[in-house]
Amino acid sequence: MDEPVIAMRGVTADLGSRPVLRGVDLTVHRGEVVALLGANGSGKSTAVRSLIGQVPAGSGSIELFGTPRRSFRDWARVGYVPQRTTAAGGVPATVTEIVSSGRLSRTRFGLFRRADREAVRRALELVGMADRAGDPVTALSGGQHQRVLIARALVAEPELLIMDEPMAGVDLASQEVLAHTLREQVAAGTTVLLVLHELGPLELLIDRAVVLRDGCVVYDGPPPKAPAGTPPLSASLERGTPSPATTTSTRTPPRAPLRRARDC
Amino acid sequence: MDFLNYAFMQRALLAAVLVGVTAPAIGIYLVQRRQPLMGDGIGHVAMTGVGLGFLLHASPVWMATAVSVLGSVLMELIRWYGRTRGDIALAMLFYGGMAGGVMFVNLAPGGSNANLTSYLFGSLSTVAPSDVTAIVVLAAFVAAVTLGLRRQLFAVSQDEEFARVTGLPVRALNLLTAVTAAVTVTVAMRVVGLILVSALMVVPVAAAQQLTRSFAATFAIAVALGVTVAVSGTITSFYQDVPPGATIVLLTIAAFAALTALAAPLARRRARAAAAARPAGAPVECAIPAARGRGAGA
Repeated sequence: MDEPVIAMRGVTADLGSRPVLRGVDLTVHRGEVVALLGANGSGKSTAVRSLIGQVPAGSGSIELFGTPRRSFRDWARVGYVPQRTTAAGGVPATVTEIVSSGRLSRTRFGLFRRADREAVRRALELVGMADRAGDPVTALSGGQHQRVLIARALVAEPELLIMDEPMAGVDLASQEVLAHTLREQVAAGTTVLLVLHELGPLELLIDRAVVLRDGCVVYDGPPPKAPAGTPPLSASLERGTPSPATTTSTRTPPRAPLRRARDC
Repeated sequence: MDFLNYAFMQRALLAAVLVGVTAPAIGIYLVQRRQPLMGDGIGHVAMTGVGLGFLLHASPVWMATAVSVLGSVLMELIRWYGRTRGDIALAMLFYGGMAGGVMFVNLAPGGSNANLTSYLFGSLSTVAPSDVTAIVVLAAFVAAVTLGLRRQLFAVSQDEEFARVTGLPVRALNLLTAVTAAVTVTVAMRVVGLILVSALMVVPVAAAQQLTRSFAATFAIAVALGVTVAVSGTITSFYQDVPPGATIVLLTIAAFAALTALAAPLARRRARAAAAARPAGAPVECAIPAARGRGAGA
């Protein structure tokens, strides 16, 4: 049970002929909330997409729950919220239909039982969208749509939640709902990997920040501007995951190159 | 109802019902994936199969099935691997398929492009008893896939990236979608014809969408509409002596226009109902940005 939930070692990836990841190391332990930060084009989304197998990794190793990604089959343990710009597919679909597709990993041959329908209803309640269950997703605002995608990730009751820019284009009311939902998940022991542009309203939740630049990890330690009252250094040390950077990092802005991965 | 006295019409109507069910049933996933013209491409490739059937004295329906299944698998592989030049490769596959069909038919002893016409545009009198067996078997396959795997195909067509993380075999399901579309093309070939088959995959779905809010309702209405236009087009074709494929497609487009005209008042009524259901004083989430947008534009 001590193996990390996510273990990426020396992962490289190319998009076309452009190297996007140049040897990324990323380890996330059980119960941690890790933010993957970086500017546009730094490779943070590609890192997550190579983790789930959407982008083929060139070299390096990727493990989920201690199993090499290629032979990992237990996808019900992983909830994923992709980065979203467009709302829907080419055919109308209701909120319930979208959220139900997240439950497939818990069903046998896609057959829905009463417990599955119950799980869909619960997931919609978690994000405060139960009253919109029968509405088409095209009728939702950006923030409501994001809440539906998070319900779709939560409906399989995952142990690991991977979210790519969950707060992008989300109105304030929905941001509050999302932060609250995430707090409840973390309190229940869910491990979270978040891709973020900035720490923003989720700052208090985050145990550790990993900063990418040009496809390399340039910082791995407590969130750069830790708020008063949450000693990030001791918290990090208690978890047994001190990084070489922790001793000097608390006041350092995220872009400072404190640690270079060996291949970068 | 005297058209039912003719054996060729019984066969044509059975084929029409099966086309009306299967074409929208697979078409809805193509529309959802935003690849509505895939059926059109497969129809072009299937022409080579028809030509080979003539040349080798084999059943054109089964040869077309084999070649269009191969072609659809090739198209799916091009989509995976040939990212940069994929569109050019697909264009070559389409036109190569069409040219191959014309060439093989002309090479066949006593063959000419006239033989090809009934496959291109559909024909009532040419649905042979042996074709009916093939059409029934192939239609059963399409119905089993599109209904039995509807949740899986919905997930993959809606969001491929997310479907991967639910552990679905995304590549296998994409291949199955392509193969099923290819099989549907050959089901529809005898009645609607290869050139117009794609219309029956796409237009009933587009028409149903004018009224619906859910995928399930879109599926049901598109199939009901598909059967209605395929059967009524076939009967019209019998009495008026016009080509069935063209009649069916024009009827489908007329249904699309009629439903679009119906949809506008329906949408207004739904908007009013939604506004009435919202409790007075409840915050309207998008009111402020909308007002700001108008202010900035003025």
